[in-house]
Amino acid sequence: MSEHILEIRHLSKAFGSHAVLKDIDFTVDQGDVTTIIGASGSGKSTLLRCINLLETLTTGEILFHGQDVSKGRINSSAYRAKVGMVFQSFNLFSNLSVLANCMIGQQKVLRIPADEARKRALYYLNKVGMAPYINARPDQISGGQKQRVAIARALAMEPEVLLFDEPTSALDPEMVGEVLDVMKSLATKDNMTMLVVTHEMSFAKEVSTHVVYMADGVIEEEGDPAKIFTNPENQRTRDFLKRILNQ
Amino acid sequence: MISQLFTDIGSLWAKYGTVYLTGIANTLILAVTATLIGCIIGFFCGILQTIPFGANEHIIKRVLLKLIRIVIRAYVELFRGTPMILQAVFIYYGMPYFFGVSFKDIWTVSIIVVSVNTGAYMAESVRGGIMSIDPGQFEGAKAIGMNHWQTMLYIVLPQTLRNIMPQIGNNYIINVKDTSVMFIIGFSDFFAVHKMVSGAVFKYFPSAFMEMGGYLCLTLLASFLLRRLEKRLAGKSNYELVNADQLVMTAGTYHYPKEAGSPFEEINKDYKGEKQ
Ligand SMILES: Nc1ncnc2c1ncn2[C@@H]1O[C@H](COP(=O)(O)OP(=O)(O)O)[C@@H](O)[C@H]1O
Ligand SMILES: [Mg+2]
Repeated sequence: MSEHILEIRHLSKAFGSHAVLKDIDFTVDQGDVTTIIGASGSGKSTLLRCINLLETLTTGEILFHGQDVSKGRINSSAYRAKVGMVFQSFNLFSNLSVLANCMIGQQKVLRIPADEARKRALYYLNKVGMAPYINARPDQISGGQKQRVAIARALAMEPEVLLFDEPTSALDPEMVGEVLDVMKSLATKDNMTMLVVTHEMSFAKEVSTHVVYMADGVIEEEGDPAKIFTNPENQRTRDFLKRILNQ
Repeated sequence: MISQLFTDIGSLWAKYGTVYLTGIANTLILAVTATLIGCIIGFFCGILQTIPFGANEHIIKRVLLKLIRIVIRAYVELFRGTPMILQAVFIYYGMPYFFGVSFKDIWTVSIIVVSVNTGAYMAESVRGGIMSIDPGQFEGAKAIGMNHWQTMLYIVLPQTLRNIMPQIGNNYIINVKDTSVMFIIGFSDFFAVHKMVSGAVFKYFPSAFMEMGGYLCLTLLASFLLRRLEKRLAGKSNYELVNADQLVMTAGTYHYPKEAGSPFEEINKDYKGEKQ
């Protein structure tokens, strides 16, 4: 049985009368690194937020291992714990230390005992190169460091899929690299299943296994990066890539 | 004049010192207890009022949450909008009318009235405090699977508490002074002592002078302690880097729990390997 980790079927989302996502269909399989590209306002964030149930869908369904999670019949906490999310604005808990940020979810949601949670947190903080900063509070570290901690926090839940919403867009240029390196290593070394909204075309091109181009709430084109970047079929894809690669 | 004042105060203190001190103690106990209970009420109302509900939530849940908000609203308006002195009268003399029971214990009534009153103010402070927390904090918590109560308890309320500390201090200081209206039901606080003593010995000004000084001491002490608490809640302004070689060099100043070892030992144990 070829069961997908995530299967999005006919997903539509409207805010009032404003249709933001229209009939989105796609799947995520084990080990996929899918990048979602597209102009600002095309609905990329909304799509990720729908997948993580931070927004309720207007119509359509989201299947997680074949089970519909979008209708409120499942325990959304348990589902969210398996689908991690990394935000553009980090959203680290500002009342907790770096270490506690990576432990709290394990302890309260997964009910893992403190010493075990601590080990796990340290393991993932070390992975993103932030182990020396365990005692710092979020407001005491740089943007790039914050984002690496946010990635460790998500990883510490050991999710099956990790969603990234423009993880480097809020960073100063010199910090973009450190975060991309972490993501690259997750994709290539750890074989993490990832769904990444980004404007970093080098990441999309070199790291991802699959590229989705969105415009005005629909998927205009998708395929493997070699094809999208060298030989896009769709005129809008071509225009978008020309614009973004030339800047 | 001045020397006369101090002689009068001296003689007042010699005779009624313990009475004044008992008054201060009563005032302090009532203000502290009622402020604490009021904060708990306020936090509870604040959480209940900010439970989010969308249009596609179950109808019963929606109605229930709506009802809770209306009840809390009414409570806040009622107790903020009427004088505490009247609330005390209402509860103390009203209970026998409605329930046939009367409070024997003035302490109980006083604590209830002041707590419920403080709770009404705190409910608004907490609601405002929660609303001022960055929505990203809620989303970060939701995204790792925390539910509303967990998000509130571990993430939002600690931040809210830090933000509304000045209002809690304000309420406490107001309570230190305003508990004096409880004389209406016979509570003998610091101010009640003044009325009792000065009525007996006709030394109004010296007694008032002592009262002024006493209240000021109580509130200044409170301000001082609150400042320190605020600082502590804000956390340390620096942090220690935990470096592998730093551990070797400054092993003496390293604050890790002994049995836990260094984080690097823990990492080297390879948590992944252990799990298999
Ligand atoms: N909560 C919301 N309420 C109303 N409109 C929204 C909301 N969130 C997003 N939108 C609208 O949805 C559209 C897509 O937004 P978004 O998903 O953030 O795009 P992207 O991430 O691709 O830049 C935008 O037009 C935006 O204004
Ligand atoms: Mg976006």
